[in-house]
Amino acid sequence: MTDYPLYQCIDKEGHWVGEDERSTQEDLFTFYRHMLRIRTFDKKAVTLQRQGRLGTYALFEGQEAAQVGSALALDGQDWLFPTYRDHGATLTFGADMARTFLYWNGRFEGCTPPEGKNIFPPAVPIATQIVHAVGVAMTEKRLGSGKASIAYFGDGATSEGDFHEGLNFGSVFKTPTVFFCQNNGFAISVPMEKQMNSKTIAQKAVAYGIPGVRVDGNDCIAVFRTVQKALERARAGEGPTLVEAVTWRYGAHTTADDPTKYRDQAQSIEFRKTNDPLTRLEKYMKETGVWDEEWFAQLQTDLSNEINQAVEEMEAFPKPDVNNLFDHVFAEPVWPIAEQKSHYMDHLKGVIS
Amino acid sequence: MINLEKQSKTKQMTLVQAVNDALRVALESDANVLLLGEDIGRNGGVFRATDGLQEAFGEDRVIDTPLSESGIVGTGVGLAISGSKPIVEMQFMGFIYPAFEQIMTHVTRIRMRSMGTYSVPIVIRAPYGAGIRAPEIHSDSVEAFFTHMPGIKVVCPSSPADAKGLLLASLADPDPVLFMESLRLYRGEREEVPVEGYEIEIGKGKKVLEGNDVTLLAWGAMVPIIKKAASTVAKEGISCDVIDLRTLFPLDRDMIAESVQKTGKAVIVHEAHSTGGLGNDLVTLINDTSFLYMKAPVERVTGFDVPPPLGSLEDHFLPTESRVIAAIKRVIQF
Ligand SMILES: Cc1ncc(C[n+]2csc(CCOP(=O)(O)OP(=O)(O)O)c2C)c(N)n1
Repeated sequence: MTDYPLYQCIDKEGHWVGEDERSTQEDLFTFYRHMLRIRTFDKKAVTLQRQGRLGTYALFEGQEAAQVGSALALDGQDWLFPTYRDHGATLTFGADMARTFLYWNGRFEGCTPPEGKNIFPPAVPIATQIVHAVGVAMTEKRLGSGKASIAYFGDGATSEGDFHEGLNFGSVFKTPTVFFCQNNGFAISVPMEKQMNSKTIAQKAVAYGIPGVRVDGNDCIAVFRTVQKALERARAGEGPTLVEAVTWRYGAHTTADDPTKYRDQAQSIEFRKTNDPLTRLEKYMKETGVWDEEWFAQLQTDLSNEINQAVEEMEAFPKPDVNNLFDHVFAEPVWPIAEQKSHYMDHLKGVIS
Repeated sequence: MINLEKQSKTKQMTLVQAVNDALRVALESDANVLLLGEDIGRNGGVFRATDGLQEAFGEDRVIDTPLSESGIVGTGVGLAISGSKPIVEMQFMGFIYPAFEQIMTHVTRIRMRSMGTYSVPIVIRAPYGAGIRAPEIHSDSVEAFFTHMPGIKVVCPSSPADAKGLLLASLADPDPVLFMESLRLYRGEREEVPVEGYEIEIGKGKKVLEGNDVTLLAWGAMVPIIKKAASTVAKEGISCDVIDLRTLFPLDRDMIAESVQKTGKAVIVHEAHSTGGLGNDLVTLINDTSFLYMKAPVERVTGFDVPPPLGSLEDHFLPTESRVIAAIKRVIQF
């Protein structure tokens, strides 16, 4: 642990403890705004799921600093490889909110990024996206584009082969990649100490000869600076970095699961009180006299409007089109699918064939 | 193990409760039985299939593993060849792929490669199938990959009592078994399940309904669909011989042949994709055993040749009763 100190800029009480220069007022507003935005989104999604207006949803509340800090560090043209829990990061990076809701409604339309944005559909199988991020970075390196890639994953993902294969490839080929682990303490019900015997995730980087750093994942500024540094290194041709952002997720693994079975909820309540990423930044902003109640009230109104509008857009979206079941499997239709499609369309119309 | 017919004490159970019950019997009856999997211990499995078992049998026997399917099956191989009896859980069949190499290159071949010196009596439990609006990749039904590779038996129950008896038989089997559990049937019907342990022979199908006009064949989640279709067409005077295959490798050749030789017509229903699906092997089996008895080409109703879609298109992907009925009518009117 001592070899991997937790990098912080503001501590839990909201005091500046960073050694570098402080963030500008504008940056603080930006960090806070994005964190509140995705928290509001997350809460809305849970409500919608409870009302039966969304399918199973993966919550991230508590991880806002990790997702916002890392996504804001990216250049708009970089590549982002999220998991099912990183829609906070993708929204911050520019994903469309209504479509993000659509994804959780079981629609392929939710997997498509806005024009010009390199956001891959969320990886559902654990760790599989880590190698993709490396492959993309190999292309960008070959093209000399200066673009980098970031792969998001959890603590549980470090047990899969793909994690190790990704770190090894990235290191051997010195790809411009950031391996961004949100260590939220649990992989569904399995706590970190049963997932691995190593004290930190950052230390796993040693085996691959790349830097591994630990950052307080509830400190948005620290995450932002850490990822920014890793990206600079990546773009300078020095290869990938493994970032371990230590954080906590308050709620269930997904809305389909009951966390009281395996996790002491008191811990989450305590975390919310003492180590919440938004509260921490708020304290610091208040301490430095930057906080503005009027701005905050306006922000809340704006965000709730934006989110309600996105929900409306999602619900007004055209009904799922059966053609989408068949039309995107291959670039050009192949006969088995074409034939199955035409038979099925006839069947739906009641044509007997 | 006790004979199923002689069992007097029974209890109402869902399929997932019957699985849990079978695992409990297995752990009680043999100290070498170990359960391994992600979230199976403290959490009792994401579907509660292992609920309460860690409390009852301890962390050394009901083991929460790291998130690593290849690791789970690979260590399972080591455990099995050294005298332990591992029952491992793949959280979903769609997440079995990281373990694919271990299954294809080791689980299925060790007996042959060692000329019988070593064997891998492992049971790999895999919840499978679409229809519950689970997120992407959670709905795969890829039994054909496994029936294609000789060296592993593939079992898929459709009722609680079958699930218990087949799971215990899978454990007793000297060879590896892939045991598929339908997500859709987990909490479907309840039925009376014998309280004690019993085995149902692997490789035997079950006649669900007797009929004369057409044979319907399915397994797992598609069994309720063919039963419904059979009762619908019964109103129009079509009588169906309905078979739940229960074991997908090896198939119950005798039961299938006997039925199609009686009806001369067959409809095969599976939710897995059409191309390379097990339905094709069933057609071959029918050709090989009963060609001269057949009065119509065999029909197949399957999932389409597209990856299992996200939830909103799931109902279009899965075979429906109405597609099955249309197929029945086609063979009847041929
Ligand atoms: C290959 C694979 N195995 C199992 C699962 C089921 N599953 C989904 S999330 C999860 C835990 C993931 O934990 P972690 O990597 O720490 O990420 P977190 O969900 O905590 O963000 C599991 C076991 C899966 N999605 N993919």
